[in-house]
Amino acid sequence: MVWKISDETAYDTLGDEVRLTINGVTIRAPQDQSLLVTARQNGFEIPTLCYHRDLPSEGQCRLCVVEIGEHPRTQIVNSCTYPTQAGLVVQTHSETVVQSRRIVLELLLARTPKAKLIQELAAAHGVYESRFKTDDPEELCILCGLCVRTCREVVGVSAISMKGRTPDKQVATPFMEKSSACIGCGSCAFVCPTNVIPYTEKDGIRTIWGRDFELQACNVCGNYIAPKYQLEHWAKITGDPVETFCVCRDCR
Amino acid sequence: MPRFESIDHLREYRRQLMAKRDANQPQVLVCAGPGCLPMGSEEVAAAFREELEKNGLAAKVVLKECGCHGLCAGAVRVLIRPQEITYQHVTSEDVPEIVEKTLKEGQVVDRLVYEDLHTQEKAAYKKDIPFFKGQMPIVLRKLDIIDPTSLDDYLALGGYRGLRKALMEMKPDDIIDAIDHSGLRGRGGGGFPTGRKWRICQEVEDEPKFIICNGDEGDPGAFMDRAVMEGDPHAVLEGMIIGAFAIGASKGYIYVRHEYPLAVSRLQLAIEQARESGFLGKNILRSGFDFDIKISRGAGAFVCGEETALIHSMEGNIGEPSPRPPYPAQSGLFGKPTVINNVETWANVPEIINLGADWFANIGTEKSKGTKVFSLVGAVNQTGLVEVPMGTTLRQIVYDLGGGLRQDREFKAVQTGGPSGGCIPAQFLDLPVDYDSLQSVGSIMGSGGMIVMDTSSCMVDVARYFINFLYQESCGKCTPCREGLKQILFILDEIIHGRGQEEHLGLMEELCNAMSAASICGLGKSAVNPIRSTIKYFREEYLAHIRDKKCHALVCRPLLKYTVDPETCTGCLACVRECPVGAISGKKKMAQEIDQELCVKCGLCYEACQFEAVKIE
Repeated sequence: MVWKISDETAYDTLGDEVRLTINGVTIRAPQDQSLLVTARQNGFEIPTLCYHRDLPSEGQCRLCVVEIGEHPRTQIVNSCTYPTQAGLVVQTHSETVVQSRRIVLELLLARTPKAKLIQELAAAHGVYESRFKTDDPEELCILCGLCVRTCREVVGVSAISMKGRTPDKQVATPFMEKSSACIGCGSCAFVCPTNVIPYTEKDGIRTIWGRDFELQACNVCGNYIAPKYQLEHWAKITGDPVETFCVCRDCR
Repeated sequence: MPRFESIDHLREYRRQLMAKRDANQPQVLVCAGPGCLPMGSEEVAAAFREELEKNGLAAKVVLKECGCHGLCAGAVRVLIRPQEITYQHVTSEDVPEIVEKTLKEGQVVDRLVYEDLHTQEKAAYKKDIPFFKGQMPIVLRKLDIIDPTSLDDYLALGGYRGLRKALMEMKPDDIIDAIDHSGLRGRGGGGFPTGRKWRICQEVEDEPKFIICNGDEGDPGAFMDRAVMEGDPHAVLEGMIIGAFAIGASKGYIYVRHEYPLAVSRLQLAIEQARESGFLGKNILRSGFDFDIKISRGAGAFVCGEETALIHSMEGNIGEPSPRPPYPAQSGLFGKPTVINNVETWANVPEIINLGADWFANIGTEKSKGTKVFSLVGAVNQTGLVEVPMGTTLRQIVYDLGGGLRQDREFKAVQTGGPSGGCIPAQFLDLPVDYDSLQSVGSIMGSGGMIVMDTSSCMVDVARYFINFLYQESCGKCTPCREGLKQILFILDEIIHGRGQEEHLGLMEELCNAMSAASICGLGKSAVNPIRSTIKYFREEYLAHIRDKKCHALVCRPLLKYTVDPETCTGCLACVRECPVGAISGKKKMAQEIDQELCVKCGLCYEACQFEAVKIE
């Protein structure tokens, strides 16, 4: 049996519809779809930071936690990985849940005081300043792992990964050196919710993860499309000649 | 070693083995367990070998290097059978006397036997020593009598009888029923009913299925699993083979931490022996069942003892836990159904199958059956491994088995369950130890660490030690555990440095609530126990640090104040010479004074003073 937490994109592959209760409202939803999606589809708001509909959830941020079960036998689970099941009783804003979310946001605010996303999300939960200590006021990475998962699951090259443990953990290329696997696509920087992945483009060169990538200009209009390396990667996986990709989307 | 082709063949071999062995033959069993090995068991064993040779006894006396004998405070230990005389603190110099007196003349060497600290009574025989009296060894039963490298030794003590019974007389369902009925719960700490876990895995329709033995014992001060893997590796294998047969697994792995090289080599040898004899491999004992075991070595991350992290580590991924469900029994190693149990759990299985579920279910308390191995360490006199029935009280373990506290100090707390266990105060000494009662007082069974603390321990410092350990070992995947532990550690540091505020206690409790509710795995969820329990039971101690800036146990250095008592100071200047920062001044033969601004509180003056004139407060 392969356990797969399904997403709204794959609605038709889901199991039978089941009944469950969210915040006292009985709803119907496909079995095994994640509780987060079920709740959101039915208008229940659950905050998230590390969730992305196109990526497998790993439950890092712990903002999407909900309380399941009935008093006194309740349990806190993260809704992004918990499957929708018949008869579940879910509370998206119980006292424990709200309190946990506030502490998590307060902790993140202490970690990344300048991250706009965190400031806004914290304020939305009534957290305007953190009682905790900040080590590095310039820190912006919340370790949500979206970049790592995008590189692995969407781009398919796994050029970056998490390194180390504790709050010193960081996203890095292997051995902190220039990665030969990186194709310079910049998906990691694109998906990053706090814009922390450094990435510059100057004179036809894109610099990311310490490596320079020569950009390919469009054969028609001359605007830069993407790193040559990335186009070669596309050519390799599609089997089409590189030239196919040397015309930008507008000129095609 | 023959390859056993059938049950009769095994039975016949065992019969011949027993016939060859004389129960009255003298045996010298040197402990080569984790406690004794570094104290020189190998030299002692070598000295015995030489001395026996010299006295022409080499053929008559059996010499073995065994697993842990239990009472590690007396390392190196030697057991002489059949009399069951135990000697402690044996060195190679004592060996000629033991051979001469005990082996030749049958007398006891008085100076090497156990002596009760309080009554000064000596006890030469194992049965008379209080440490062993209150125990009920099941998992540790064979450790001090078998040579862990000998399959014959294991067979002679009824080894692989459980497997024979499981393969020949039972169906997989019967085995799971028996384990279920025995009430065995996971010994790694979670306490999940083993039978239920096996049943879930058995019922999943997917192939292949895997069995994993979790030998990633990482709690500071704990060595139960290590002792079992090193001292009785075949018991672990036998348990795993039975489990594999019950759930229909074809492959098993033993995940051992890299820091246990001896456990790895003993297990490896045992696996090879088992393959050679037909207990592993294709068509085990001609039953048609195929199963093999491999060793997988961990690289030393504490969090890899958590089952999902362990599985990721085995798959070659980062050793981080993942949210459950799916549970490993449904989708574990490589996405396949996997049963993962701790070393001690597996080692219990053969005995349960062999002696019956009823026998096991009769031991222990209502909801926790059987025995539990604890590594009893800290401020007790008799440190070592103990195996007691569930429901034995903390007082029995600390005072009867452990012989009370060192230097007759006052008991302060016992911390159970490794770094993420809680500190249990003296008021609960009569608590019967089982999974549920420990949880009710804010601690956990864990894998069985038991650290006893006396009044010289500062509970704030103790909490800081464990939080620091967990902080360093937190994998950093989920926010509450990663950031929460860091902030708790920071707050504890503030308190220890005299900068604590009373609000800090409430803030830590808030953090604890969020961490225990929202962390992914057991590490973050249980990391709050040392904080919650110390705040609950030792609140005054925190308040003394915060309000009065005092550490009454004289442990937290930044809060200490060193002064010289002018009445007792002779002006010998011994302290002046030791002080690394020149903080002590005064005339010769006159009372000295310590400059509090300069003092770095290293304590060297206190140690240097022979007149007890340096005072700490």
